Amino acid sequence: MKSGILAAAAVALSIGAAGTAHAGQTLDAIKQKGFIQCGVNTGLAGFSNPDSSGNWTGLDVDVCRAVAVALFNDPAKVKFTPLSAQQRFPAIQSGEVDILSRNTTWTLTRDTSVGLNFAPVTYYDGQGFMVSKKLGVKSAKELNGATVCVQSGTTTELNLADYFRATNMQYNPVVIESVDEVNAAFFAGRCDVLTTDASGLAGTRAAVAPNPADYVILPEIISKEPLAPAVRHGDDQWYDLVTWTVYAMIDAEENGITSKNIDEFMNSKNPSIQRLLGVSPGMGKSLGVDEKWAYNVIKKVGNYGEVFDRNVGPNTALKLERGLNALWTKGGLQYAMPLR
Amino acid sequence: MTENVQHAGSLPDERPPITVVGPIAWVRNNLFNTWYNALLTISIIWLLYKIIPGLLSWLVINAHGFSAPVQECRADYSGACWSFVSEKLRFILFGTFPYDEQWRPLLTIMIFIGLLAASCDKRFWKPWFLAVWAGGLALVSALMWGGVLGLTYVENSLWGGLPLTIILSVVGLAVAFPMSILLALGRRSNLPGIKAVSVAYIELIRGVPLISLLFMASVMLPLFLPNGVTIDKLVRAQVAFILFAAAYMAEAIRGGLQAIPKGQYEAADGLGLGYWLKMRKIILPQALAIAIPPLVNTFISFFKDTSLVIIIGLYDLLGTAKAALTDPTWRGFYKEAYLFIGLIYWVFCFFMSKYSQWLEKDLNRARRR
Repeated sequence: MKSGILAAAAVALSIGAAGTAHAGQTLDAIKQKGFIQCGVNTGLAGFSNPDSSGNWTGLDVDVCRAVAVALFNDPAKVKFTPLSAQQRFPAIQSGEVDILSRNTTWTLTRDTSVGLNFAPVTYYDGQGFMVSKKLGVKSAKELNGATVCVQSGTTTELNLADYFRATNMQYNPVVIESVDEVNAAFFAGRCDVLTTDASGLAGTRAAVAPNPADYVILPEIISKEPLAPAVRHGDDQWYDLVTWTVYAMIDAEENGITSKNIDEFMNSKNPSIQRLLGVSPGMGKSLGVDEKWAYNVIKKVGNYGEVFDRNVGPNTALKLERGLNALWTKGGLQYAMPLR
Repeated sequence: MTENVQHAGSLPDERPPITVVGPIAWVRNNLFNTWYNALLTISIIWLLYKIIPGLLSWLVINAHGFSAPVQECRADYSGACWSFVSEKLRFILFGTFPYDEQWRPLLTIMIFIGLLAASCDKRFWKPWFLAVWAGGLALVSALMWGGVLGLTYVENSLWGGLPLTIILSVVGLAVAFPMSILLALGRRSNLPGIKAVSVAYIELIRGVPLISLLFMASVMLPLFLPNGVTIDKLVRAQVAFILFAAAYMAEAIRGGLQAIPKGQYEAADGLGLGYWLKMRKIILPQALAIAIPPLVNTFISFFKDTSLVIIIGLYDLLGTAKAALTDPTWRGFYKEAYLFIGLIYWVFCFFMSKYSQWLEKDLNRARRR
């Protein structure tokens, strides 16, 4: 018995990477150990969930893989640490993970007192309402007196209270701890309204509803939930790399470059595409990585649109529309800063 | 002589009246012996009549088989979707352990079950069996971690499912058990220093919920450690479990110690036995036998408590089932998932409880004379 514990302790006392002493420490440590430690959700459909063979899949997961490709040219050089909501900030602060890609809303306090630096938003979410079509409700403003199913201990619950107070309406909350039970309560008719992030509503309707056509998501979005990957303060170079990896994926979509057609673009005369793909060098050197970094990311992980469609898009079980996450040229908010 | 016996004139034995033996009598004596029992029986039968047909049709009649595609399950929710269990079986049992290497955790489970089953037999209660356990654990470590004998190295952050649950409980209980004996003896000790430390420890740990200990271990501890030093998540959880189980088991054992008549202590003293010899040969064998029911209580609740590690992001059996439910394709089949792992937990706990009943009878034979 003792031998097991001792062996466990010996393996456990590994020297990780942490610190705020000087810029570059996190990145140096990552390069030295040869992989990225990525904190993800313990299970959120389409964002980070293990598949039947135990491989991590999802949009948040692909962001980490993309950073691993930018740095090491290998999507496998990333280790995933599933984190609960309570654990995520201590885990990134203490250096247990190098990047937190765990559907985390970008807020002022998290950016400052929690000590995080947020990379560009990878998913714009917001809280919405779903009702049964039978109710005939067309707008959230008609929900006065409604019974609302909501998950406990989340900002969702607080936003709900804020919204009804601001609009001067009454409601009866049915507060339940687990997502599955909230959904079950709603579809069993215990409440008129189900509220959670709009992406979650769409996913629930597509996957769990007995008949998806019987339910409608109301147009009002009552909160802003920009979900972004984050790193801890203290290593600007590492932060830059994460930031520009996300921008490169968005930029690739803006230019119509996908993992399939990327090789055709290698001969492109467009200077901004040449800079992105490393045909005209400079970008990689500035970030401290290989000049082909963005080429590798797009080739091995895909552009932003491909990653979105593969994990949460209309052809997946979640059936999410691009909505706010469409490119800025198509009415959304995804906008890459110029790579030059 | 023989003729006499044959003609003794005895009548053939009469059957006892139907109201005394047989099924009707049993029903009358056990189910309808008083008016309130009759009422209870009738209401329970009515409840079963209401529940069982629906349950059966969901479980079996309308259920989708183990190989039904998910679309078939989605089309008709009136029956269970057992293909969820077959699709996710390996993930639920073994978590994120590399898929091609999952024979290793499977073998680990079998080794543990074998060792535990053998430990149930009193013929193996010999010092050499400790060596068997040590060997078994070394084998399990080699299997799970790898890195030796040509096995690839698998770090323990990838462990999950049933092996993790079993490792957490078995290692936890095995380390906590000797600790708890010392704590119980310490609490009964005449030495004020030792007594104070034991009491403080036991009361402190029993005064906080396990979940807060796990939070302390997983959320607070890393912040106190110097920069760059991280202790593995699994080890942190395991240590928290050991500390917790030791305090609870110590109280169970103290109950056993207090139940031993004073005469036993005095007799041992009278024989001139020293403290440790007295405890080892006279007191503890009796005290532990008395403490079996509360100890098994602790074992069972502890086995189930391991599922709390989900809050610190470890995938035990419950955690893998929950994570399996987040696969977009297979969302929503939580009844099937929870029933399946409930069955696994039940099998383990049922055998623990049955074995303890048998052991209790066996060890207390002298007392029941």
